[in-house]
Amino acid sequence: MSYVDQYSEKVKEHFMHPKNMGHIKEEDLQPGEELARGEVGNPACGDLMTIFLKIKDRKIIDAKIKTFGCAAAIACSSITTEMVVGLTIDKARKLTKNQVADELEGLPPLKLHCSNLAVDALNKALDNYEQGIGVVRK
Amino acid sequence: MLQKTLKMAKKVYLDHGATTPVDAEVVEAMQPYFTEKFGNASSIHCFGKVARDALEKSREIIAWKINAEKDEIIFTSGGSESNNLAIKGVLFANKEKNHIITSKIEHPAVLQTCQALENGFSVTYLDVDAGGLVDLKKLEEAITDKTALVSIMHANNEIGVIQDIRTIGEICKRHNVLFHTDAVQSFTKVPIDVKDINVDLISLSSHKMHGPKGIGALFIKKGTELQKQNQGGHQELDLRAGTENISGIVGFAKAVELASDDHVAQMQELRDKFIDKILKEISDTTLNGGREERLCNNVNITFKFIEGEGLLLHLDAHGIAVSTGSACTSQSLEPSHVLLAIGLKHEDAHGAIRFTLGKENTQEELDYTFEKLKEAVKNLRKISPLAK
Repeated sequence: MSYVDQYSEKVKEHFMHPKNMGHIKEEDLQPGEELARGEVGNPACGDLMTIFLKIKDRKIIDAKIKTFGCAAAIACSSITTEMVVGLTIDKARKLTKNQVADELEGLPPLKLHCSNLAVDALNKALDNYEQGIGVVRK
Repeated sequence: MLQKTLKMAKKVYLDHGATTPVDAEVVEAMQPYFTEKFGNASSIHCFGKVARDALEKSREIIAWKINAEKDEIIFTSGGSESNNLAIKGVLFANKEKNHIITSKIEHPAVLQTCQALENGFSVTYLDVDAGGLVDLKKLEEAITDKTALVSIMHANNEIGVIQDIRTIGEICKRHNVLFHTDAVQSFTKVPIDVKDINVDLISLSSHKMHGPKGIGALFIKKGTELQKQNQGGHQELDLRAGTENISGIVGFAKAVELASDDHVAQMQELRDKFIDKILKEISDTTLNGGREERLCNNVNITFKFIEGEGLLLHLDAHGIAVSTGSACTSQSLEPSHVLLAIGLKHEDAHGAIRFTLGKENTQEELDYTFEKLKEAVKNLRKISPLAK
């Protein structure tokens, strides 16, 4: 087994062609839309993620993410943004790391915790949203 | 496989620091020693003689390459065994002294051997400077009357820095301390003459220079006391029990004969152009390890704001084989101890990629690698929150 084969096909696909990478800017907002942002990780540990959520009527209508990290971290970021778009804030709160790993058809045991930070970034953004920290409204 | 999805055509191997392809001539030289010349070198009949003759002729070739005497070379299973035997062998043979000096950037075969000895012996791990060089003054200051051995590698496997083993040898001689050097990466790339410099033990390996795996050697200067580490028969000057791996030994010797200074010059030229191109054309890159005292085939670069594993896998998808100092590919999840020792921040160690060239690499292969590298760095930086 080669090193890369510790990753599922789905992880490889999302790593090579990550979705929703980038950020959402203030000018991307329409009236009634809000922008929340959450960052987790530490570059010294090899992982840093910043997630951007576009929210309207307590529903996530768009998500973008920026990731510094390994292939698993990039794949987790990519799939998490796909999973949360369309969810209400309350439903997004219920998303778990295991669900993200399952959606990716599994993660190597060693990477399960260190790279699977996108859900933490999501919760951080939602906390910031609820507390009004750094939220942009139009 | 990622390769399949991209219908990859090309393959470029730039991981010669890990291992090298065995030369066709080496394979050819080894072949008879599996079949018609299969004898045990310890047997007294004619089959044994054939094996014994090949063993002794090979020993002469290894000795010749470093200007040693034939009976100063013993064969081992490789660099790791040679390092273990040199270090444990000296310390266990020397009852009066209990101190060893080494550096923080040694190969794990030296570092972990020293760590294992900490229960009973004291070990000094010397710092290195930003270029990767050991401070010779600090080395001399660390020597006490209890010091049995100094073990400092010749060339580093990750950053290619070449230590000044001539001066280290002089210091050790002045203080009557034995000197061991791990020359696994440098053997046949940087000349060593054991009559010109003072060194007591040298670890060598075959598979880093186009010989087979599973074979190495240890130079032991005449008169150096060593305690045997694996018991059994009396092979290899009664220092290493076990039937000799004749085919491997013959292959190792053939590879040594084939090694040439032309290859060194060729790799060095490709290396220099490659380093220059990366530093000039890809922003936020730094060369890890000093540029001057550097192995002819080593390029180790930090690509800031990205993580090495991702970059490695992108290159792998294009058939380009490299290695990384990133923690994300190591079982320990710790970044390279060598890169941290030369003062890199953790995040910069995570973004380090090592390219180690071989004699078969071409300018065209490096041009192809550069194009794919530039593209992958750009794509990974585009998604990185650290990039400007």
